[in-house]
Amino acid sequence: MRTDTHTTIRMGFIPLLDASAVIAAREMGFAAAQGIDFRLNRETSWANVRDRLAIGHFDAAHMLAPLPVATALGLSPLPVALTVPVALGLGGNAVTVSVELWHELARSGAPSTGDPKAVGAALRSVVEKRRNAGLQPLLFAVVHPFSSHNFELRYWLSSCGIEPGRDIALAITPPPFMSDALAAGRIDGYCVGEPWNSVAIMRGVGRIATTKSQIWGLSPEKVVACRSEWAQENPRVVRKLVRAIHEAALWCDRPENHEELAQVLSRPEYLGLPPAMLLPGLSNVIAIGDAGPAAVEDFMTFSRAAATRPRRADAFWFYEQMARWGYVELSGEGAAAVETVFAADIHAEATGIPPEPAETDRLVGGFFDGRSFDADVLRQDAKAARGKGISTLPVD
Amino acid sequence: MNNRAEHLCVLIFDENRARASIIEQGLREAGNVRAHTIHDMTRLAAQIEIIAPDVIVIDLENPNRDVLEHFLTISRAIHKPIAMFVDRSDNETMSAAIEAGVSAYVVDGLRKERVKAILDMAITRFNAYARLRGELDAARRALEERKTVERAKGLLMKTNGLSEEEAYQALRRAAMNQGRTIGTVAESILLAADLMKGMLK
Repeated sequence: MRTDTHTTIRMGFIPLLDASAVIAAREMGFAAAQGIDFRLNRETSWANVRDRLAIGHFDAAHMLAPLPVATALGLSPLPVALTVPVALGLGGNAVTVSVELWHELARSGAPSTGDPKAVGAALRSVVEKRRNAGLQPLLFAVVHPFSSHNFELRYWLSSCGIEPGRDIALAITPPPFMSDALAAGRIDGYCVGEPWNSVAIMRGVGRIATTKSQIWGLSPEKVVACRSEWAQENPRVVRKLVRAIHEAALWCDRPENHEELAQVLSRPEYLGLPPAMLLPGLSNVIAIGDAGPAAVEDFMTFSRAAATRPRRADAFWFYEQMARWGYVELSGEGAAAVETVFAADIHAEATGIPPEPAETDRLVGGFFDGRSFDADVLRQDAKAARGKGISTLPVD
Repeated sequence: MNNRAEHLCVLIFDENRARASIIEQGLREAGNVRAHTIHDMTRLAAQIEIIAPDVIVIDLENPNRDVLEHFLTISRAIHKPIAMFVDRSDNETMSAAIEAGVSAYVVDGLRKERVKAILDMAITRFNAYARLRGELDAARRALEERKTVERAKGLLMKTNGLSEEEAYQALRRAAMNQGRTIGTVAESILLAADLMKGMLK
């Protein structure tokens, strides 16, 4: 029934800046140029996006990069194989803290540059002071357990000697509620995508402590995921989808288009927020700490640095983090399932951008603490591990 | 059939109060069910711990679904694992539920037919609610359109010296000629009149 002549693609998205390439593909004619049409549905939770994709309400969706990896590992209630043919950019998140916590951090030596090492050291000393004073641990929020937000925040904290869960408690909060929760004092900080950091700054309820781009430069964030079955049945449509998104991402990166993009995104059916709140993230001009707005290098890229390419090494990094924090056990079966989720081959065929060279199994030079990651080492570790393999229920 | 006298405890998360009360009523009618409804999402975790539900029903429009799922996977207060729908084999019910805009989280080990009865009831009531709202919206739109047509008729009667019947026929003819509804023709007449007024000022 679904063949290549079926050119309407039903897609779900969450109102975030990193849905830009999907929205621009529809609104700026990049999808139409490929002979496809996106029917976009705004959703309120990642669980909805995941479920509607799994049961076939959507053909494809804007999705947290680790979520299809988690699904492949059996960590989703609806076990449907997903394929990621194109990524929606790199970076775009920040860690925002309450004004009160920011003042404490600044007194403990946190600079207003976002430097993750220096800010982390200040945070550690605040955490220790609070512990010595017998105070409750600070509470930070992320958007979903299987989000890059959760894993980059944990990576940053633990690398700075702060144990997530013990020294700083972690909670889940939907992005639009983050700044309210911060203002009400229900949480002390959060890691979220734009515009929800800038929203807190403009409301005067928070300060940005550091950014994702500083914790892990040019790191994966959102992707387009589709059901693997749908991708196999519609190979030409999938390639058109990848090209449309890639062309849109090139357009989104150009500074001269940011005003127009902000206007489109601000419409009620998309983000429904004033363009002024959307422009900081789009133009990579971010106000950190007590400093005014200033350029943050590669805060968010849509197409630069092969940003639309789904990298297999990233999928393995997420797998390692899921194992590290107890969501799953490493196993050969798990490694085999992770292998094919990020389909760099489809991306290469569709865009003509050469596929990843073999050495990109290694992630080097991006992490703030100077560490590197080798997907092949993890692959071997997983094969040697005697993990439970693929789980059948959500983490329990 | 069910000789266990104990009541099943169902927790309803729905910010839409009217719909929540329709669901709650349905559960009461089904019998052997204790239903709680929660509208305030900020104390979600604490409330789940106090109520210790067997089944949680949540509307899909609720942004707190991610919060709820996370809480259910990590909570130490709930001794048995809770998972979505649990019975993965029943694809049809799952699909119908998501179509209707409702999701359920169920304590593992609960009798399937009891859960299915609750879910079927929730699906039916969600659909009935959506239908009612659709009918209400349609009625509201029809009323708006009638008002617009009345105003356009009045304008034609005043400016062109027509009778009410003649004004209506004029609108109808224009609609038929242009392949549009009388409502849209009436709307454009009013819009044009507004623009003219602006220009003459």
